Amino acid sequence: MKKFKYSEITPEKIYKNRRSFIKSIGLGASSLAISTIPFANKSFANDRDKLTSYKDITTYNNYYEFGTSKSDPYRNSQIFKTTPWEISIEGEVEKPIKLSMEEISEMFVSEERIYRLRCVEGWSMVIPWMGFSLSELLSKVNPTNKAKFVEFESVYDPAQMKGQRYPVLNWPYNEGLRIDEAMHPLTTVVTGLYGKKLPNQNGAPFRIFIPWKYGFKSAKAIVKIKFVENMPTSSWMWASPREYGFYSNVNPNVDHPRWSQATERIIGEGVWAPRVKTLMFNGYGDEVAGLYAGMDLKKYF
Amino acid sequence: MKKYLKPGVFLLSSIPFLIILYKIFLNKLGPEPVKEITHFTGEWTLIFICLTLSMSPLKRFTKLTVWISFRRTLGLFVFFYATLHLLTYVGLDYRFNWSPIIDDVLKKKYIFIGFAAWLLLLPLAATSSKKMVRLLKNNWKKLHRLIYVIAIFGSLHYIWLSKTIFFRPLVYLIIILVLLALRIKIKNRNINYG
Repeated sequence: MKKFKYSEITPEKIYKNRRSFIKSIGLGASSLAISTIPFANKSFANDRDKLTSYKDITTYNNYYEFGTSKSDPYRNSQIFKTTPWEISIEGEVEKPIKLSMEEISEMFVSEERIYRLRCVEGWSMVIPWMGFSLSELLSKVNPTNKAKFVEFESVYDPAQMKGQRYPVLNWPYNEGLRIDEAMHPLTTVVTGLYGKKLPNQNGAPFRIFIPWKYGFKSAKAIVKIKFVENMPTSSWMWASPREYGFYSNVNPNVDHPRWSQATERIIGEGVWAPRVKTLMFNGYGDEVAGLYAGMDLKKYF
Repeated sequence: MKKYLKPGVFLLSSIPFLIILYKIFLNKLGPEPVKEITHFTGEWTLIFICLTLSMSPLKRFTKLTVWISFRRTLGLFVFFYATLHLLTYVGLDYRFNWSPIIDDVLKKKYIFIGFAAWLLLLPLAATSSKKMVRLLKNNWKKLHRLIYVIAIFGSLHYIWLSKTIFFRPLVYLIIILVLLALRIKIKNRNINYG
């Protein structure tokens, strides 16, 4: 039973060195030579595949349940209780099931999945998640022929989640996917990052990650997965339907009313680094563009 | 004692600028430094707008005219921080890449109103000298009432860019509305007693 590809104790530095070593080999001997000279590897600074530091990934979060400032989730989530935790899969299914986190981690093998995270606010990170495809979990139930969408409900616990005491969003946090999106192999159940257990501020114990959509689609601390007939209204759609659509695919050609989505800032690149161009479907077009064939993505934003 | 007051105000007003320089060069701005600078300079612009607008009510409540002598310095710092804010956005963030910037100004109402506020600051900064006050006479006062419009625009700029209803942007709007309301009272009283 091997749950993690890398040992849970792999320090970030070794982890990164190993990656850059592998990368150097991939780029050929010349770049290996260059990358070993200190300061000469500046050309790597703008590498959009470079892993974001563990510190930035775990201290710079949008997780309004723990507060609206980026540093709030780290500060306010440390005592959040993630055990016991149960996920209920219900709605338009033949036989609803409930699974504990222990059962889930025994049933599914997590692997390393390095994906880019693009926030709707115009910044991005590259995160080495640990996880498995959501489709593996969803295949444990049989949806009825009415089922068209999958709804995700996050935990509601204002006693532990400060942010939920204010009506910033309509709690509990709600998100949704079309069934084919939910079943896509890139749609991931996240169990960890950097080879470690998933930190609370990143959505422990059970979150999803959809790499080709803006970050807010990837709901955290999920307790309920519901198959439904009609398109769910997500929390952000409730808050502002003009600004947040159901699909929310990363799309440089469709602007958010308040931010241009054509470019993004890479987190951790420093004050003098320029913006980089945002890629259609966050760079995952080869894998997912087919899901939206024939759809007007300006209308279905 | 009195002659140190104005330089003192000037020094105090430049502290936020020194802080941001320190943070930039010692790398203390966190994972999104450009956004940090943008927010910092934007917020201090609003704070200086509030300070500038507080001087004449303070004069009235304390019956001390000295407050009015700080108004020019504070007003020029509004222009200074607003310009830094704009330069951060245009230069540091968008590298003077005009097409997305023009697009933003035209399409996004919070950028439009923010840019409009900065444009309105230009004639005020240009006519801030004593010489101009003399030259424009009564018109100077009328012209400088533009700061009321700028203050409202500035606070709307902050409110419209926020993702959901946040407390801080609203606080600025409320303070500015109170400061403007205090002026309406002055006028009414003049009418009553006049």
